[in-house]
Amino acid sequence: MDTREKDIEKLKDYKYGFTTDIENIKAPKGLNEDVIKFISNIKKEPKWMLDFRLKAFERLKLLKEPNWQKPKYPKIDYQDLYYYSAPKSMKDKPKSLDELDPKLLETYKKLGIPLQEQARLNGIAVDAVFDSVSVATTFKGELTKHGIIFCSMSEAIQKHPDLVKKYLGTVIPVTDHFFATLNSAVFTDGSFVYIPEGVKCPMELSTYFRINASETGQFERTLIIADKGSYVSYLEGCTAPMRDENQLHAANVELIALDDAEIKYSTVQNWYPGDENGKGGIYNFVTKRGLCKGKNSKISWTQVETGSAITWKYPSCILKGDNSIGEFYSIAITNNHQKADTGTKMIHLGKNTKSKIISKGISAGFSDMTYRGLVDINSKAKNSSNYTQCDSLLMGNKCGAHTVPYIKNKNFDSNIAHEATTSKISEEQLHYCQQRGLNAEEAVGLIVNGFCKEVLQQLPMEFAVEAQKLVGISLEGSVG
Amino acid sequence: MSEQLQSDFDKLVKTSKFSNEEIQFKKNFLNNFIKKGFPNRKQEDWKFLDISQIIKKNISNLSCFNDYSQSNKIDPSIFIDGLEHNKIIFINGRIEKIDFNFEDQNKIEIIDETKKDISFDYENSLIDLNSAFTDKVFKILIKKNYSLKKPLIIYHSINNEIKSTNINLRLDFELGENSCLKLIDYFSNNTAKNFINIFYNFNLEKDSILKNYKIDKFINNNLKYSFNNIEQDNNSVSETFILSAGSDYFKNEINCNLNGEYSSAFINGIFSLKENQQHEIRTTINHLVENTKSYQLIKSVLGKNTKSAYQGRIFVNSKAQKTDGYQLSKAILLDETSEFNAKPELEIYADDVKCSHGSASGSLDENSIFYLMSRGLNYQQSKELLINGFLMDVVEKITDLEIKNLITNIIGLKQ
Repeated sequence: MDTREKDIEKLKDYKYGFTTDIENIKAPKGLNEDVIKFISNIKKEPKWMLDFRLKAFERLKLLKEPNWQKPKYPKIDYQDLYYYSAPKSMKDKPKSLDELDPKLLETYKKLGIPLQEQARLNGIAVDAVFDSVSVATTFKGELTKHGIIFCSMSEAIQKHPDLVKKYLGTVIPVTDHFFATLNSAVFTDGSFVYIPEGVKCPMELSTYFRINASETGQFERTLIIADKGSYVSYLEGCTAPMRDENQLHAANVELIALDDAEIKYSTVQNWYPGDENGKGGIYNFVTKRGLCKGKNSKISWTQVETGSAITWKYPSCILKGDNSIGEFYSIAITNNHQKADTGTKMIHLGKNTKSKIISKGISAGFSDMTYRGLVDINSKAKNSSNYTQCDSLLMGNKCGAHTVPYIKNKNFDSNIAHEATTSKISEEQLHYCQQRGLNAEEAVGLIVNGFCKEVLQQLPMEFAVEAQKLVGISLEGSVG
Repeated sequence: MSEQLQSDFDKLVKTSKFSNEEIQFKKNFLNNFIKKGFPNRKQEDWKFLDISQIIKKNISNLSCFNDYSQSNKIDPSIFIDGLEHNKIIFINGRIEKIDFNFEDQNKIEIIDETKKDISFDYENSLIDLNSAFTDKVFKILIKKNYSLKKPLIIYHSINNEIKSTNINLRLDFELGENSCLKLIDYFSNNTAKNFINIFYNFNLEKDSILKNYKIDKFINNNLKYSFNNIEQDNNSVSETFILSAGSDYFKNEINCNLNGEYSSAFINGIFSLKENQQHEIRTTINHLVENTKSYQLIKSVLGKNTKSAYQGRIFVNSKAQKTDGYQLSKAILLDETSEFNAKPELEIYADDVKCSHGSASGSLDENSIFYLMSRGLNYQQSKELLINGFLMDVVEKITDLEIKNLITNIIGLKQ
């Protein structure tokens, strides 16, 4: 078999595992003040932004990497990474899609996001992030009509400094934990969304992240602000090429919902999970946090986690405004040697706040899956309630499924209910499906999809189909 | 702190009759403890209630020295009436009397085990503290095919002269094949501030049954820590009931290894806390082989300024197929200042298992109170009736009828 055939063979398992040959501009290897200045300089950032980064870097020097998580990983050498990598053609930003490097467009086409077609057909505004920089944002005209700002973070820093200055770092401060602070210091790009007062965003906004260059970490930063009475639904998808080395992805996502606003954030995470022997893959150490700042606001997280060698993230809601609502729906699937430690935090501070957590974990092969969650009802959060359900499904006796909920109730007016079960697919269920003509794999796919239904229902239509397929693909070869 | 510990230890060596070998053995534990110090909230197991802080706050100058050379007077008024029982009387850290009057003396053996090392791995420094300062360690061996006719009650009492002292007790129990032991720990209401550290080691052989009831009912100012390590062979059953209500601070820790097939463990607990109390139950059930079962039910009723915590962990080894594990914790918060924490944890490596946990907390249901009041009860009575029913659920799980009645009376529940 020549290499090409081998490559094709490989691609069958993870079809996003190709690389694109594009000339890159990289920052020098390593993490130091000069690199941060380099990043800031190349992005022509104002001084306050550089100060923000340097403050985070100062703080980072004092922090230690946390180590309480379940999946352990070899030590990361932070000096051996590129913190900035951008396709060369992006140096002078193209004005429209027609000017984009055709190779980039090709890449996104392979990923199933033909940017040009998208601009006309299915009406989803996409911001595509390639390695460190945002390469294209579609549907700008339509969005501007409504006063919606949807652009890359770098652009927002240039064009809307007041908004960025006011909100950046308010939910995830520079003084947060190690990876969040690292991101604050070296983040390169990401998406920025601002929905003005009273506007319901007419379409789904979407970002596609892709890591292309090797030995790069991807550090993107997303900031979404929903002003009073507005609504936005935001989708995020991710892929990366197949490499033998582990790549770090440490993003920060901040959501802010003001009075009566609603943000719905959905993720389909399909980073390269490593091969079946656990070699390579992405370390996905992401900090996602939403602040329900205003009264009657709502933030809802939906995630389908199928990729990454190690997933370590807890999308959280801080329910500060009275009557605010936080939701978390999650499916996490691990196969082969993948490891996931994921869950959520619901911090109730305001009165009459409500939260709901539905988490479904499926582990197969040699993988390990942990649900870790915190529900904290503060003494001032009168009449609040939480409902948590976390179910795990195990396939085979070489994998593990763990549930570690922390429940803190400091308010006697409030209720917390928590349920968790762990089981396997029963022989009867399998038998029943097979009797009716499905083969074992199809039967498992059907049962698993049923198991995940509550979460899949929460996804926007286009995503739900993709997610359903992903669920099937991720479990391939785990039956029998 | 280390100097104080060292001098307390020297005093202990001077006054006691330990052999040189025993002293050397204890010294190792002392050094371990000095190295580790009291556990604090940085350790995951002590996250909710930090014992080093609690001791610092309550006891300014903790002394670990107990004079084991003097015997103490037994006050018979502490004995439980109306239930014939065997006794172990434990006063001021000294076992004064072991009395198996109701039993066949040939079937029970008491062995000095002071030099026996601890058979399992542990990180807990309180076990080191216990082993360094405790008096003689005895093992109570119940021989094959013998069931104790009457329950054994261990009276934990302290004279009023003792203050700010660390009191340690360690007992080992070995239950031979097909034997049965009912053990009640009965804590008296001594009011001085002391830190009591109890460590039991149970070894359950094939088909044996252990029932352990811990009763801490009467309000007292002591800080208590109790650790039960239970090893279970095939077909053995352990049942633990905890009434956690009297002390200022009480942490019960149970580590249960289900080493034999068809063995099962049951843990039921009640927290009934009044002002300023802080109690915790932490359980670890290790399902290590096939076909084992565990069941846990913990209920809390929390008054003013109280805090209860439940950390339950079910571990299922990859070999332990057909495991059945269940955990349920419920809490009623009666006051704005009460707080309930839970961390019910599942760690599972086998696929053919049935494991679940549930946790619920909130205030008393106003609708139920309204229902009862509309039928003529006043507010207070309705509240009491609802709490009564809530706790009765746990007491109903006690399998021994005689002891169930005793405990119902002690708590003051109506059936």
